[in-house]
Amino acid sequence: MSLLSIQGLKVAFRTRRGSVDAVRGVSLDVDKGEILGIVGESGSGKSVTSYALMRLLDRNGSITGGALSYGGIDLKTVRESTMRDLRGREISMIFQNPRAALNPIRKVGHQIEDVLRRHSRATRSTAKAEAIKALGAVKIRDAEARYNAYPFELSGGMCQRIVIALALACDPKLLIADEPTTGLDITTQKAVMDLIAELISERGMSAMVITHDLGLAAQYCDRIVVMKDGEVVEEGSAERLFTAPQHAYTRKLVDATPRAGASIRSLLPAEQRTPEPVLPVSDTPLLEVRDLVKNFHGKSGPVHAVKGISFSVMKGQSVGLVGESGCGKSTTSSIVVRLADPTSGEILFDGEDLAKTPAKNFARDPRRAKIQMVFQDATDSFNPRHTARHSIEEPLARLGGLSRRDRKERVGELADLVGLPRPLLDRFPHQLSGGQKARVGIARAIALDPEFLVLDEPTAALDVSIQAIVLNLLVDLRAKLGISYLFVSHDLHVVRLLCDYVIVMRDGEIVEEGPAAKVMLAPSHPYTQELLAAAPVPPALQEPSSSAAE
Amino acid sequence: MSDLASAPGIAKGTDSTLAHIVYVLRSNPVTLLAFAMFAVLIITAILGPALVPYDPLESNAARALQPPSFDHWFGTDNLGRDVLSRVVVATRLDLAISVAAVALSFVIGSVLGSIAGYWGGWIDAVLNRLFDTIMAFPLFVLAMGIVAALGNTVENIVYATAVINIPFYARLVRAEVNIRRDAGFAQAAKLAGNSDIRVLALHIFPNALPPMMVQVSLNLGWAILNAAGLSFIGLGVRPPTAEWGIMVAEGANFIVSGEWWLAIFPGLALMFAVFTFNLLGDGLRDIVDPRQRS
Repeated sequence: MSLLSIQGLKVAFRTRRGSVDAVRGVSLDVDKGEILGIVGESGSGKSVTSYALMRLLDRNGSITGGALSYGGIDLKTVRESTMRDLRGREISMIFQNPRAALNPIRKVGHQIEDVLRRHSRATRSTAKAEAIKALGAVKIRDAEARYNAYPFELSGGMCQRIVIALALACDPKLLIADEPTTGLDITTQKAVMDLIAELISERGMSAMVITHDLGLAAQYCDRIVVMKDGEVVEEGSAERLFTAPQHAYTRKLVDATPRAGASIRSLLPAEQRTPEPVLPVSDTPLLEVRDLVKNFHGKSGPVHAVKGISFSVMKGQSVGLVGESGCGKSTTSSIVVRLADPTSGEILFDGEDLAKTPAKNFARDPRRAKIQMVFQDATDSFNPRHTARHSIEEPLARLGGLSRRDRKERVGELADLVGLPRPLLDRFPHQLSGGQKARVGIARAIALDPEFLVLDEPTAALDVSIQAIVLNLLVDLRAKLGISYLFVSHDLHVVRLLCDYVIVMRDGEIVEEGPAAKVMLAPSHPYTQELLAAAPVPPALQEPSSSAAE
Repeated sequence: MSDLASAPGIAKGTDSTLAHIVYVLRSNPVTLLAFAMFAVLIITAILGPALVPYDPLESNAARALQPPSFDHWFGTDNLGRDVLSRVVVATRLDLAISVAAVALSFVIGSVLGSIAGYWGGWIDAVLNRLFDTIMAFPLFVLAMGIVAALGNTVENIVYATAVINIPFYARLVRAEVNIRRDAGFAQAAKLAGNSDIRVLALHIFPNALPPMMVQVSLNLGWAILNAAGLSFIGLGVRPPTAEWGIMVAEGANFIVSGEWWLAIFPGLALMFAVFTFNLLGDGLRDIVDPRQRS
């Protein structure tokens, strides 16, 4: 008999525009000792399913049908007081954003004690020792010192370990992990997932891993359920899903997952694959960065964010800047795009040093129009009070010198160019989906026909199928407009698809650089090898050519 | 391309603004009530002097201290003036004082708060200490002091009320600007060729408006109370001008002897105005916030 059984679950939310069905008849089982992966894109109802079974739905949401049974207990009708006992002791959850899941003003050790004492796993006198033991169990080094730490003093990966310690403190039988590694670096992601997998098998627990990353699910789960629009479209073993997907949607997801050996067009569904464009690259350098240094004033002395790096970008070339958080890649890109000033160093653009003009005066520099940027967070990078049209028009109005009518026409052309339906131009950012916002962001960045574009993880927040479309759009635009890219990312597979040349950064220094194919296939620096090895690769797709990292 | 599956289109321009206002009013009956009450206040302020049955300043010793009757709905005061007429006519003055004071503190507070929030550093520290100093005084006593020092006029009531309210706006704006200073859209605006001042004024500041609207409407209530309070203790507006604060002050002497209507009716008018402004806040916020539109 399975540990958890969900039969025909239906969840609806009341909204301004009437009732919305988020989950429409989902059935799935989790057996004892099994790790079940639930994969789907945003809006597929995968998180809502887990919240429904924990009975943690928002106030406007309710279970409208189906049956939820956990070890013989009917979770749909059980009293709230019983449910409180079940949560944490029987079923436990790891949340998406570890920082938000922890109480910011309470020591992490105390937070673990709270859980232990709530479920009578410890008394006042033994709580501290038990909490330290729980911290040790998730492989936190120096657990006794960490006991007294506040969440803000810990890194993202460390916070997630604390959340795992909290979730596992009372030895639950079922663990629900909702996007447990979103926002973590790729090497941290691997460490956290390995830890979860190890703890689960050690304790003989069952788990539900909810993720948008098919590759990740394939690597760690015994069985995968693919969800779309509140329904289960396919279910099967990881290998089967990758090698012989039955449903068109699974096929699309498998295709869109960036992986070794794939080409940029192969991410798209088969019927949308057009021939790859020819990308002319010249030998004339457009941008040359020389000995770039950036120091910040930290509380404990100066922080060396960028330690004298040099690189160049040729006309028409796409250069990838790869590294994990804190490596200085974002600092570098904001200096190159002239939003921040370097401590020292030169930024030669067409032979002229841009660093001579301070960032605060650069807004009115004639070269402003030539260097533009696409931001990482599409939501944050749009003024919530401006429509998409207004946002795209802004650079044209300030720097383009066009009449009102010409601007309107140009905005329309740009919308066509990035594939944004024109009626959407009059919407506000919150009325657009992630993919649509990404298109608006790209349209805004290319509005002034820039020669150089910094792309700061433009697809990091997007679903894989949308990411595939946006990456292809960027390649097409590069071919059509001859723009040079500096593509900042943490994902080597994405960089390989888009870039001719790759620079790997760590701790403010360049550790390896070279043509994309060479760095990917024969990385010379151990750090690059580590990055490549950390990316989840479904076993069925591993190709001989990508095993050089081993 | 599933991301482009389009939802029903959205009407453009003024149409949608109007539709949005209608939506906000409809979805929340309290807001509708507040706006209706606000409309009553505005109409009274504009048309008041033309509507009233008697001259608010004309005394008639023969009809002094009459209780509410069919002729004099709110009764008459000790000089035989019609209380209803005086209460209605006073609306314009009281609203004018509070709106002028709030507008003044809104503008000055926004400018100072924006500067402090955007540039930070020593200018932020200096402005903050200045606001702390103002807030350290009992505000009503400070207003009394300002009016007493500057002279006993209506303008000075406005200035005094504005000064004591500036710190509230400045702090709110400072916090709202500060969290958006490095937001993506502010950086994008710089990339589009906007100077710092344009980024601040046209991109960051407007996003502080929704919380400001709540503050404005609450503040209008306080400002009315403050102006009435100053008049009550004899500062600012002078008799025989019709003003709620003075009327309550004058009427208070007669409550003991049983002539309650002198103080009660201007007091109720005051309460009605303050209550209206307090209710108005949330509705105003929803109207100026584009994210409420869907």
